Amino acid sequence: MSGITKSFPGVRALDGVDLEVQAGEVHCLLGQNGAGKSTLIKVLAGVHQPDGGEITWQGAAVTLKSPIAAMRLGIATIYQELDLVEGLSVAENIFLGHEPTTAGFVVRGRQARASATALLERLGHAEIDAGSLVGSLSAAQQQIVSMARALSHDVRLIVMDEPSAALDPDEVDNLFRIVAGLTADGVAVVYISHRLEEIRRIGDRVTVLKDGRAVAVGLPARSTPTRDVVALMTGRDVEYVFPRRPGDGARAAGAEPVLRVEGLSRDGEFAALDLDVRPGEIVGLAGLVGSGRSEVLETVYGARKPSTGRVLVDGRPLRPGSVRAAVRAGIGLAPEERKAQGLLMLESVTRNVSVSTLSRFSRGGWLDRTAEREAARAATRELSLRPDNPDAPVRTLSGGNQQKAVLARWLLRGCRVLLLDEPTRGVDVGARAELYAVIRRLADEGLAVLLVSSEVPEVLGLADRVLVLREGRVVHTAPARELDEHRVLDLVMEGSPTP
Amino acid sequence: MTQPVSPAQRHQQDGPAATPAKTPARQPAGLRPDVRNLSLLGVLAVLVAVGGFTKPEQFLDSSNLQLVLTQASVIGVVTVGMTFVITSGGIDLSVGAIVALASVWATTLATQEYGFAGILFTAVVVGLACGLVNGLLIAYGGMVPFIATLAMLASARGLALQITDGKTQIVTVDSVLDLGVPDSYVLGIPPLVLVFAVVTVVGWLLLNRTTFGRRTVAVGGNAEAARLAGIDVRRQRLYLYLLSGLCCGIAAFLLVVLSGSGQNTNGNLYELDAIAAAIIGGTLLSGGRGTIVGSVLGVLVFTTITNIFALNNLQSDVQQIAKGAIIVAAVLVQRRTARDGAI
Repeated sequence: MSGITKSFPGVRALDGVDLEVQAGEVHCLLGQNGAGKSTLIKVLAGVHQPDGGEITWQGAAVTLKSPIAAMRLGIATIYQELDLVEGLSVAENIFLGHEPTTAGFVVRGRQARASATALLERLGHAEIDAGSLVGSLSAAQQQIVSMARALSHDVRLIVMDEPSAALDPDEVDNLFRIVAGLTADGVAVVYISHRLEEIRRIGDRVTVLKDGRAVAVGLPARSTPTRDVVALMTGRDVEYVFPRRPGDGARAAGAEPVLRVEGLSRDGEFAALDLDVRPGEIVGLAGLVGSGRSEVLETVYGARKPSTGRVLVDGRPLRPGSVRAAVRAGIGLAPEERKAQGLLMLESVTRNVSVSTLSRFSRGGWLDRTAEREAARAATRELSLRPDNPDAPVRTLSGGNQQKAVLARWLLRGCRVLLLDEPTRGVDVGARAELYAVIRRLADEGLAVLLVSSEVPEVLGLADRVLVLREGRVVHTAPARELDEHRVLDLVMEGSPTP
Repeated sequence: MTQPVSPAQRHQQDGPAATPAKTPARQPAGLRPDVRNLSLLGVLAVLVAVGGFTKPEQFLDSSNLQLVLTQASVIGVVTVGMTFVITSGGIDLSVGAIVALASVWATTLATQEYGFAGILFTAVVVGLACGLVNGLLIAYGGMVPFIATLAMLASARGLALQITDGKTQIVTVDSVLDLGVPDSYVLGIPPLVLVFAVVTVVGWLLLNRTTFGRRTVAVGGNAEAARLAGIDVRRQRLYLYLLSGLCCGIAAFLLVVLSGSGQNTNGNLYELDAIAAAIIGGTLLSGGRGTIVGSVLGVLVFTTITNIFALNNLQSDVQQIAKGAIIVAAVLVQRRTARDGAI
C-alpha cells in the first residue's frame, strides 16, 4: 500500500500512509488511538475506499471495492469486535457466505463440518466441536473460530486487530503458535497490538502510525528499543496547545471535593476505585482501551450499576445505578460515543442543549420556546459554538462543535461535576485547542471535571491530577506535571516503568 | 449567564448571513416534514379534483363531505395516538382490538344503564387500561413493543368476542345516538368531527409545545442519549402507550355513536390504517420525528380515496391496491429523508 489517504467529514484519518508486507512475515502496526490503524486496516479489508493512493497485491495494482473483493484476493481480517453470528454453529460461521453446496444452494452440512474440524485441528483446537453454537463458546474459542473462518478462504494475508485483547496469557501463547504456523506456510500477518512485549515476541517488522501518517516503516521488531518506539508514537508534528493551569491547583487543593468516589467496583471491569475531584480541578484517567476508563465514568454517572462502592456529591451518596439521581445531584456526562449516546442527531442545536433542562422552560408542561432558545443560545455562545445559530441541525456541526453542544447542555443545567469521556474523539486536531480552553475555563469557573482519554498527551496537558488505570486498577496517581508521556505509556502498556 | 452584548458586537458575532437575535422562535431547521405536508395537501387537492370531476353532484355535496370527515374522525383519533407512539420509536398493533373491546364494553346492557356518561366513561377507561398494560409490559417488563401489543391485539379481540358472544349490541341511549344525526351538527359540522379536531389540536400542541412532546421525540430519536441526558425513558414510554389507549377509547366512543352499536369486529385492521397514515404523513417509523398534521392529512387522503372509489362504484380491491401504491411511494420519499438525516 502506498500513499493511502482517507478523510472523514471533519477529520483526515489517513494522510499518505505506506505499508509494505512481505509473504511469511509478521508485520506489526503500532500507534496510539486515533493514529489511523483501524482506518488503514479497513481500507485493506475493502470496507473503506481510500481517497487516494494505491494498493499493490502480488505485483499488480488492485482496487478493493468491497470486503468480498478483498477476500477473493486472499486478504482476511479478524476484527477486534468479533463478527460471528452467535446463533449459528461453528461450521456454519466458518463457511458463512461460501458454504460448500450441491447444485448451487443445497448446503452440504457434513462436508462443511468435516472441513471445519480439519481447520480447527490445524489451529490446534480440535476440542472445539464444529457443530456447537458459537454463542456457547468462550471469547478465546470464538477468536479461534474467527481465525478458522479466515483460513477457510485461500488466504495469503491475515490482518489481526488486537487479537490478544480478550485472551489469557496461555491463550496468547497458543495464538502465537498459530501465527508462527501461518507464517511458516508463507502467509503474511499484519498484527495490531498495544502490547510492546507481544510485538517483540512475534513481530518481524514494525510500522508506526501517528496522526494518520506512517512515521516509521519496517523497523526491526525485536531490536528497536522501546524508548525509540514510544518516541515515534508520541512525537508530534502538531503540537497540542493546552491552556495554562491556574496557580498550581493551589486554589483547588483547599476546597472540599464535590465528587467523591469510594471503593467503586464493577465485576470484570474495574475494582476498588477511590477518587475525589474538587471544584476547579480537572482529574484525568489515563489507560488503554479495556482498562476500564469509560466504564468508571458511566458507573459514576449511574448508567451502570456498581457491584460495590458508592459515589458522593457534596458528601451525600447517590442512589447507585440511577442516571436521574446523578443528574439531579449536578453531574453531567459528555459520553464517548457522541452520536450514539449524546446527541439527538435529527434535532436542532437548541433542542439538544435544552433536553436536560426542559422543565425550567415550562409551566405545567407548556414550553416557553423563546426562553428555551435564548437560554440555549446564551450557553452555546459562551462556548463559542459555531455556527451561532440555535436552529442549525446538530448533525451539520463539526465534531468539535457537536461536543460543545453537549457541554452547553450541562452548562445550561448548571451542573457542578462534568464527566468527559474522550472529549476530543472525532474532533479535528486544529479544533482541539479551543475545546481544551473551554474545558479549562469551565473548571476555572468552579466545575469539577473528571476526564477520560486514550490520548495520553491530552490527559497530561489538560488535567491537574492523573490516575493511571491498567486492567481495571489504578496503578499510579500523580500530579500531571510530575508525569510525562513516556512514563504514562510505560505504565499503561507494561504495568511498570522501564528503565 | 452571558455578558450583555451590544448591538455592534452582536452583529459581529452573527456574521452577515445569520438571523438577528430578535427573530421570533421558529420551527427549527429540518423543513422536510412541512414540505411533505405540502405535498400531501397537493395529493389531497388532486383527489378532491378527481372526486369533483368524476361525480360532481355527489362528491362535493355537503352531506358527502360531512360523511368523509366523520369517517376520518374515528381512525383519525387513533392515528394521533399512534403518531406519538411511532415518534417515540415504538409501535402499537393493538389499537384496532382496543377500539373493539372498548366499544363492546361500553355498549353492554349493564353499561347502557348508566346512559351517556356510562358509555363514554367505560370506553375511555377500557382504552386507558389496555394502554396501561401495554405500557407496563414495554416500559418496565422490557418487552418489544411489537410483541407486547401483538399479544394485546389477540387478547383484547378475544375478550371482545367473549363479551358479545359475536352479537351486535344495539345502543338504546338516545343522547348518544343524537350525536350522530344531522340535528346535532354545529354550523354544519358533525360533533364527531369536532372531537377529531379537538384531539388533533391538543395532539399537535402536546407534541410541539410541551415537555412531553419534546421528550417523546428525544426518546424516539436516541433513547440512550435521552437516558444519559436524565430523561426517565421508561416512564415516558408508559405515558405514550397510555395516550394511545386513551385515543382508542375516544375513538371507540365515536364509533359507537356512528354505528349505534358495539361489535367485536369493530376497528378491524385499524392498526394498519393508522400506521400507514402516520407513515405517509411523514412520521419516521424508526422514531425521532413525528408530525400530527401529516398524520391527519394521511388519514384524510385515505378516507377520501375510499369515498371516491365508492362513489364511482369501484370495488374495494382496487382501493386497496391504490392504498398500497401510496404507502410505497411515501416510504420511498421517506427513505431519502432518513438517509439525509442519518449523518
